[in-house]
Amino acid sequence: MTANPSASASFLSQQLRGFVPGLEVHDSPEQRAAYAYDGTAALRAEPAAVVFPVDTAQVSSVLKFAAARRIPVVTRGSGTGLSGGSVPVDGCLVLCLTKMNRIIEVDAENLTLLAEAGAVTADVAAAAAGVGLFYPPDPGSMKISTIGGNVAENSGGLRGLKYGVTRDYIMGLEVVLPDGEVMWTGNKCVKDVAGYTLRDLFIGSEGTLGIITKVLLKLIPPPAARKTMLAVYDNMENAAKTVSAIIKAKIIPCTLEFLDKVTINCVEDYAGIGLPREAEALLLIESDGHPAAVEEEAAAMVAIAKANGAGEVKIAATAEEAASLAAARRTAFSALARVGPTTILEDATVPRNRLPEMVRCIQETARRHNLKIGTFGHMGDGNLHPTFLTNEKNQEEMHRVELAMKEIFARAIELGGTITGEHGVGLAKKEFLSAAVGELNVGVMRSIKSAFDPQGILNPGKIFDPRP
Amino acid sequence: MSELALKSLDYSVLQQCMHCGMCLPTCPTYDLTKLEKHSPRGRIALMRAIADDHLALGPAFGEEMSYCLGCLACETACPAGVDYAHLFEVARSDVEKSGVMANPVRSVVRTALLKILFTHPRLLRLVGRMLWLYQVTGAQWLFRRLGLTRLLPAKLRELEPMTPTVLPKFSHQLIAPVEQPTGGRRYRVGLLTGCVQDLVFADINRDTADVLLANGCEVVTPPVQPCCGSIHGHNGEHAVAQVMARRMIDLFDPFTFDAIITNAAGCGSHLKHYGRLLADDRDYAVRAREWDRKLKDINEWLVEIGFRVPASEAAEPQKVTYHEACHLCHGQKITKQPREILRAIPGLELTELPESNWCCGSAGVYNITQPATAAVLQERKVARIESTGAPVVATCNPGCHLQLVNGLRQADSKVRVTQPVSLLAQAYRTEPGATNSHEQK
Repeated sequence: MTANPSASASFLSQQLRGFVPGLEVHDSPEQRAAYAYDGTAALRAEPAAVVFPVDTAQVSSVLKFAAARRIPVVTRGSGTGLSGGSVPVDGCLVLCLTKMNRIIEVDAENLTLLAEAGAVTADVAAAAAGVGLFYPPDPGSMKISTIGGNVAENSGGLRGLKYGVTRDYIMGLEVVLPDGEVMWTGNKCVKDVAGYTLRDLFIGSEGTLGIITKVLLKLIPPPAARKTMLAVYDNMENAAKTVSAIIKAKIIPCTLEFLDKVTINCVEDYAGIGLPREAEALLLIESDGHPAAVEEEAAAMVAIAKANGAGEVKIAATAEEAASLAAARRTAFSALARVGPTTILEDATVPRNRLPEMVRCIQETARRHNLKIGTFGHMGDGNLHPTFLTNEKNQEEMHRVELAMKEIFARAIELGGTITGEHGVGLAKKEFLSAAVGELNVGVMRSIKSAFDPQGILNPGKIFDPRP
Repeated sequence: MSELALKSLDYSVLQQCMHCGMCLPTCPTYDLTKLEKHSPRGRIALMRAIADDHLALGPAFGEEMSYCLGCLACETACPAGVDYAHLFEVARSDVEKSGVMANPVRSVVRTALLKILFTHPRLLRLVGRMLWLYQVTGAQWLFRRLGLTRLLPAKLRELEPMTPTVLPKFSHQLIAPVEQPTGGRRYRVGLLTGCVQDLVFADINRDTADVLLANGCEVVTPPVQPCCGSIHGHNGEHAVAQVMARRMIDLFDPFTFDAIITNAAGCGSHLKHYGRLLADDRDYAVRAREWDRKLKDINEWLVEIGFRVPASEAAEPQKVTYHEACHLCHGQKITKQPREILRAIPGLELTELPESNWCCGSAGVYNITQPATAAVLQERKVARIESTGAPVVATCNPGCHLQLVNGLRQADSKVRVTQPVSLLAQAYRTEPGATNSHEQK
């Protein structure tokens, strides 16, 4: 950083405004402070300036400007990421896409939707529903997260078990490469093997390879019927065993969500929808599809839950009740902040038959380090979110959190799992990447990064450190 | 500037915001601008940056605190339970103390309004009376007709058409200091008549008293009441707000009432926090906590005591829609009760208003301090109201009431604005065989 960041910031902005006429550029201390974070706890860095392009041409010009001066560019949507992927690097340009939020086309003949990257996920889902179609991925923050951010992080959601994640709905992307070239990859064809499937490289690339400006999505017909259930447990492992048993019985429900006691109580404090506060664990189960199949599947899952120790299985009486349960579940992470102001959220994922072991490990690790923890997550995906409820001002406790985190990751890897199922690596999981995927993998990733971004200006230092 | 309250504030209140962004889609100023600093999360980040010495408190921060409506939609959206109202009041108070926004005109206006007019109820009524004379004598008509409004400074010229119509009688001329219900006393309640409500909607205060009497409440209404201090608390005048709270508690000893009733949502959401405001005041802290417990919005109280459903005369049902005052639904979490009252009134059919809890732009004095944004929100609200096809819209706050009246008039709309308590009072009055429900003492 220079001695006077404000002065250098305003000089940079002046040049940028000259280079990209009409571009909205903000560089006041207040604007920079308001873009110093995303949805991740305890990370903060101020950009030199924040720019709001309104079309792909402006994005391209900004990148040409930045490339010529080797200025790092961090792309951002609504800033709801949970691994620090859109936290600025000091002195960078933040390129915020929230003003490129048009839904350009819904093609009911080809079942596709084309949107600008800054379109809000919920608006995309609503546009699809408007023509009787369905966009399944529903990340917790879908009311404000942007579709471009979902692609960059390959976000999951509550329906991943049956419907998959964002990747499974991407047919094409418009991407601005680091030198400002605009590339289209993919199309409306169901099949296409003409060369490498480059679009797949950008999915989950966390803004390190190119800037996604348009997204072509696959839509599907919506299920005809839905049934939502809540299974109540007096211990966590029985909930995990139920999930493993459902999968083993060859049932793939739409949703198998888990909440532990701490999370149940935080969510109930906020939503007040009558969740059982005494329960040690809850499974939120949803089956959807043909009405007859839904009935059959639901009955089978109730039997499996009871056989695995569920005390009670409640069935939502109305669609509103079902929706309120899912909505409440989406607030779990934020609601946990009621217990501790700093919520260090993990995203460990294991093969589903190893869930009981993983659950046990999380409980024991928290106990051993004397830490408060709330666990929830997409149990049907083997994806748990153990969340440490701490205070970043308490350095000694933060150190214990780090130790516990390392142990949980190590165990997840040992069980054949991964360090992150859906939040991405960003800054928060960077130090664990090579342990999870191995040095060879990280080396290949670095080579890909250099091929696209030889100067290393796009979101530098995210996922892995630049090659020394 | 070590004296800043943001720095001495319990840091965990700021930290409670874990910047997840769930508040963003519910914030009207973020919705309009898509800029993070105009969002609740961004504003808290700025406050925290000041508390942490990353940022100096300057005019831009002052402007930001002025640009926030204080509608508290973010509090309803926040799963983490951040106390934004408190943070916002502390921040606005720091802005005033720091003097970064001070200029001679602003200082004179603030002193005249907040420190003189709204601390002297008799003076406020005198000004109200003069405004009434100006309106009923035809002077206002003549003034507008002759185009003399052109002579006003630009800012005043924009505000002139918003001047509310003052009623011929104020609350104390309509409500006796003590009124007894005819059918036996079940409760003893104090009635707050408000400031704007007293001058412009004294008839709604009368309606409120009537409804309370019809439900077995003895109604105590001191003829001269101080301002409750909400306008001061919401606008950074913390110390004056404390003075007003003490005066109010002196006038209504909370230990002698079953409830103290307000019918103005903006006042109510401030009135319920005297406990915190006077927590360090040895003489008042105990009474202030009791005050918080007793203070009830009229809608909340009526449902709590099981209000009597008016007897019905079969009639063609009339549609009514309901606009939620922010400080009722977000500030006090009262959403079901006004709807329950509207649904209980014979001859009314409640039609839900799309975006019913989106701010109308009134927001205390926001339509005066930020007229452009207030106007955008007003237009949006008017369009939603018109979309329901209801000829009547009910709301529970004088600020919203005036904002809707002005907005609908500008749009040449025929929709009438009223309040649930007035509709209920009207229903009691027109019951078969209804008599005067109270006797004055």
